[in-house]
Amino acid sequence: MRTRESIRNTKTIFKRELAAYFESPVAYVFIIIFLLLLGFLSFNISGFFESNTADLRVFFDWHPWVYLFLIPSVAMRLWAEDRRLGTIELILTLPVTVMEAVLGKFLAAWFFIGICLALTLPILFTVAYLGGPDPGVAACGYLGSFLLSGSFLSVGIMTSSMTKSQVISFILSVVISLFLILAGFPPVLDALYGLAPLWLTNLVSQFSFLSHFYSMERGVIDLRDLVYFLSVMVFFLFVTGLIIQNRRTS
Amino acid sequence: MIEVINLSKNFGRIQAVDDISFTVQKGEILGFLGPNGAGKSTSMRMITGFIPPSGGTAVVGGCDITKASLSAREKIGYLPENAPVYPEMTVFAYLRFCAEVRGFASAAATSKVDETLERCFLKKVRYQSIGTLSKGYRQRVCFAQSILHDPEYLIFDEPTDGLDPNQKHEVRQMIVEMSQRKAILLSTHILDEVEAVCTRIIIIAGGRLVADDTPANLKKSSSLHGAVSLTVLTTTPKALLARVRRIDGVQSAVLKTQTENSVEVRIFPFDPNTPIVDRIISHLRQEGFEVSTVFVEEGNLAEVFRRITLNDEAEKGTP
Repeated sequence: MRTRESIRNTKTIFKRELAAYFESPVAYVFIIIFLLLLGFLSFNISGFFESNTADLRVFFDWHPWVYLFLIPSVAMRLWAEDRRLGTIELILTLPVTVMEAVLGKFLAAWFFIGICLALTLPILFTVAYLGGPDPGVAACGYLGSFLLSGSFLSVGIMTSSMTKSQVISFILSVVISLFLILAGFPPVLDALYGLAPLWLTNLVSQFSFLSHFYSMERGVIDLRDLVYFLSVMVFFLFVTGLIIQNRRTS
Repeated sequence: MIEVINLSKNFGRIQAVDDISFTVQKGEILGFLGPNGAGKSTSMRMITGFIPPSGGTAVVGGCDITKASLSAREKIGYLPENAPVYPEMTVFAYLRFCAEVRGFASAAATSKVDETLERCFLKKVRYQSIGTLSKGYRQRVCFAQSILHDPEYLIFDEPTDGLDPNQKHEVRQMIVEMSQRKAILLSTHILDEVEAVCTRIIIIAGGRLVADDTPANLKKSSSLHGAVSLTVLTTTPKALLARVRRIDGVQSAVLKTQTENSVEVRIFPFDPNTPIVDRIISHLRQEGFEVSTVFVEEGNLAEVFRRITLNDEAEKGTP
């Protein structure tokens, strides 16, 4: 019944939030650092050219670690800024539901990261020029990376909704994301194999961003991975909605 | 009509708003008064649906804010305390955003924004980002946001806070102009403002409603109501006061100020509603006193406010 209004409201908030990134220098600083950092890590640290393979593995391998620090900085302002300025009082007294507001803000930030990710395409073109990468694997890698970024972002928007301090939001978000990464980080899992039964180790690694991202990076689209990333996002966005709903005081 | 029914809010053990009820009819401007921290903003935040009440509710135009929050919010225009705005947006973009959320489609939204910019004297700063504007302009932008969709119910939390006297006058004028077709609830500290614009006053102290009346009636409860102030050309104030006190109907008389050749006295009658000015002047004339100014006091709202709110705090202080 309210579907049309919901879509309209979400779209309106999406547009405002996306514009807000580009109205301040934040967006440009972020894009430059994102590209420089990914370039530096793939080419200088991992030796992109020296590996002599026509794929993007070394490039995508760095994504979780770059996202770990950069995505919380994109997400931290989403609600914390509204709390600090008091504009949260305006947003929540407009005829807009909390979920529409949360979704609009989330999609705007996700779209912004999508733009950043699209700007890394020249790396793909370079590989395509030098050799023949499998286009399916590359597309799958980008899809995985985009879903991964959305999952990081959903953690960030949740921590942003809890406080009016962007710094606190950033730190909390990095800690939670780090936990979600490390649960599937091979050295951590190796250590765990020796200590815990196999089923427990597998369970822990199932909760991690990394295990699901690695399989997509290899070019495997498994329905379970898609469901995993989407349910992570739905879960954290839902929690964000609950927090906003219950902490509507400035 | 805005109906507030047994509205309460507690933050932990602190009772911020304690069971208040009142109504605002169309055509009315209701002044919401109270000392700082009395619960004005908290009440307004509950009425506008920003924070959920702990008890009771508010019904705005037939929509219950706790049950049909969205439909109620559609009918309300709200100016929050301190007029929060997005500093990086331009005035136009910000109002355009509000118009779209309020359901105006592209062309209608633009014309609505233009109309509002005109009404709020904001055309000059249309493409300026809000952060670069002065406090007065920022306040007006937020004000514009609240009246953009021509709502039937307006709620203003200190609409003239931080404005200069001219801007205050402008905002008051806009509020009075709109009031015929709308129900308006406004909170303020400025008692002159209340006298200038409000048709009715409610006073809240310590979270409780302690008065609900017209400004004129409240002033009548002032001890100064009906008192007569006189400036008399004389050098013998004691003789004057003694003479005045003997006049029929005079309860007491006090000396207000004294200069070299004139004194100002205030005379309190037994019954403030029986005119006694005429009698006083004729008596004084007979005695050869020359009266230069006469003023019958209506009562002082500040004095009434102080008495009502301080009484209440004193009561609360005793366990």
